[in-house]
Amino acid sequence: MTELARRTRWAAGLAALALTAAACSGDGDKDDGDAKAKTFTVANQEPGHLAPGAANDSYGIRVVNALFDRLTRLDKSGMVVNEDAESITSTDQKTWTIKVKPGRTFHNGEPVTAQSYVDAWNAAAYGPNAWDNNYYFGNIAGYDALNPEDPDGDGPQDAPKPKTDKMSGLKVLDRQTFTVKLTDPFSQFPLTLAFTGFAPMPKAATKDLKAFDQRPIGNGPFMISGSGWQHNKQITTQKFAGYRGSRPAHADGLVFKTYASRDAAYTDLLANRVDILETIPPAKVREARRLLGNRFVTTPGGTMDYLEFPLYDKRFQNRDLRYAISRSINRQAIVDAVFNGAFRPTGTIVAPIVPGYRPNACGLICMYDSRPAKKFFEKAGGFSGTLELWFSNADPSYEQWMTDVANQLKQNLGIKNIRFRKVPQADYLSNLTDHKATGPYRANWVMDYPSAENYLTPRCGPSNRQGYDGKECMALIRKGNRAKSIAESVRYYQRAETVLLKDLPVIPLWNWQEQGGYSKNIGNVNFDSYEAGGGVHYDQVTVK
Amino acid sequence: MVPVLLGTTLFIYVLVFALPGDPIRALAGEKPLPDSVYRALREHYHLDDPLLVQYGRYLFGVLFRGDFGETFNGQSVGQLIADSWTVTAQLAATAWIFELVVGMSLGVWAGLRRGGFADAAVLGGTTVAIAIPSFVLAYSAQLVFGLKLGWFPTAGTDDGWPMSYLLPGMVVAAAELGYVARLTRTSLVENMRADYVRTAVAKGLPRRRVVVRHTLRNSLIPVVTYLGTQIGYFMAGSIIVEGIFNLPGVGHELWLALQIKEGPTIVGIVTFLVLIYLFANLVVDLLYGVLDPRIRYD
Repeated sequence: MTELARRTRWAAGLAALALTAAACSGDGDKDDGDAKAKTFTVANQEPGHLAPGAANDSYGIRVVNALFDRLTRLDKSGMVVNEDAESITSTDQKTWTIKVKPGRTFHNGEPVTAQSYVDAWNAAAYGPNAWDNNYYFGNIAGYDALNPEDPDGDGPQDAPKPKTDKMSGLKVLDRQTFTVKLTDPFSQFPLTLAFTGFAPMPKAATKDLKAFDQRPIGNGPFMISGSGWQHNKQITTQKFAGYRGSRPAHADGLVFKTYASRDAAYTDLLANRVDILETIPPAKVREARRLLGNRFVTTPGGTMDYLEFPLYDKRFQNRDLRYAISRSINRQAIVDAVFNGAFRPTGTIVAPIVPGYRPNACGLICMYDSRPAKKFFEKAGGFSGTLELWFSNADPSYEQWMTDVANQLKQNLGIKNIRFRKVPQADYLSNLTDHKATGPYRANWVMDYPSAENYLTPRCGPSNRQGYDGKECMALIRKGNRAKSIAESVRYYQRAETVLLKDLPVIPLWNWQEQGGYSKNIGNVNFDSYEAGGGVHYDQVTVK
Repeated sequence: MVPVLLGTTLFIYVLVFALPGDPIRALAGEKPLPDSVYRALREHYHLDDPLLVQYGRYLFGVLFRGDFGETFNGQSVGQLIADSWTVTAQLAATAWIFELVVGMSLGVWAGLRRGGFADAAVLGGTTVAIAIPSFVLAYSAQLVFGLKLGWFPTAGTDDGWPMSYLLPGMVVAAAELGYVARLTRTSLVENMRADYVRTAVAKGLPRRRVVVRHTLRNSLIPVVTYLGTQIGYFMAGSIIVEGIFNLPGVGHELWLALQIKEGPTIVGIVTFLVLIYLFANLVVDLLYGVLDPRIRYD
């Protein structure tokens, strides 16, 4: 290092020190609320959005659920009950008449009316708004007009701007009543309305949707307060005094603390510095069970992991090969080794918490047994070439369980050449939707609403990723969608699941269990599989 | 300065552009993304434009409107940079002060007792500190001093400066102060043998005066140089420690942005880094004349 360079660095240091000192002064970082307010904190990560129509990650949905009521909600058994709606009726499952309860208001005092719902849904469905929950509105008549096709695909021509920003299927009849016309009969419609994406929006928000996304005005038990959404730090809320719904807040306020990782949140939970952590990292589960005692809670979840096959690749078109692979995977062993026994091996497409779930609908085909596996493998004529297993780099556990799967396939089927394709997270899903996978890949499904239909349509429907010809399965789903009651529809969905499991374009692996915990500072913490975004009924929490 | 800034931002822009994967599709997660929404998002973030057009637009925004762009969750990148730099600057300052005080004290202590117990202890201690990976140190410190003893907050910035930054600051400084201690010690030992020190002792000056006024002052020149470079190093953020202690600083934001290929954030943060260095260099050049009477600008 020359003398000159040394001096340069040294003086650079001085300059930087001056900057540092400037940055340090006048920083308090203290909350401005008074000390007596009974507020509690929930560990969260930075959400993508807070507008109900745009929030599609669990971090955002968790917040939206605290801020907004919807037309319906789910009870403890996953059945749909009315919340903001007085009644939701239909004679043909296609045109639905919805009456909104009068006398309920938004946080700004504006009454919740039929128009509030219509405005919110139109905003979410309007393509140019680019709200992530857009596709949930795809079955409402007139959706296509708000999302015009690009005339030449990826070509140079731009898609035309939609001529209208209102779906023709939504009609306001009077102040509290509106009708929804769907493109096809859909018996599960009231269930879907419990999803946070269907929450209403006040008139005050329609002028500036971006501001609404940063500081939503809701109608739920908690309202945004103080500095609101401080990015990467916290989201502050307080109890909504004018709340008239069925889940009034017990605490004075709720703060969503933003964590970079669940590990940091877990440490803070142990130190009682954050009150609720809804997903304890799998590696810490054993320790958490010991340290938290009865403040450690396991809730069955709606999330499923699958291994899907690229049926557009000739080598995987033989069903016996898929059977062989399914039978040679020891699900319980992997769950024990990788997830500390916290997940639950399943032989179903549908999660156990969903009405209509049948234990091991898959039968023997999803049960581990190496001898029949080998028989199927021989019947299929073996496997030539390299078997590539695909997963993303989003979480280290993917590689761990794929390694186990690879070892079991080597051991039980004698497939020698197995390679991992560990794809960057940003690239992974586009590979799958573009049909570029060259081998079985990790697939995961997070429940939107507790209906078998929600699990089956993405796997049987015309746009499924596996390239599976799901006509038979889809026909049964459509019959279920047209059924007059949820109970009747369930029977058709079960038959559709049977068809799907017989063809086995996708192998069920396991169902997630959510492990959460809470601090010593709060009580009445009720975890619920059907509660949106996380699992705790925030409204019921009391602060000691 | 201007060409350097332009060159660096362009270079970073090209690199981000070349990252694999489609950030918009990744945002949608496992749920389907309607074509209309996909196109609207790509248009909003100008992802369909050619590289140079995108870069030009970015540069124009920064230069003429002070607009560093927008993150995928609608936050202004300028605000994000301001927030995260505040956090990182506080962490850097804490770490730097630790490094300065503890490192130099240890070095002086060891240097004055060369070959003795203190010397050996400092040598051993710093070897261990340098050898331990920072994440091990971070988790252990968090567990012991944060959770078990409760002396410091376990994570987050809720308690403000200095409380929230003490523990992470010490962890960041731990490995580095080993180098400072050793540098101080070596330099001190060398100077203690110098002729002018012998002269000072010979003319009967008290030991304290010999050490503090004569030896230490000269010995600290390389140390101060090293400490200067350290500031820059700390300011660039400490990804691992910031992550473990949940400090939303520069390193951490950069890492998050890289994962989702959030171009404006990556370019913004790195550009700001470059700016800081350039600014510091400018100040240095101007300070030369002041610091060293032998150098004068005409």
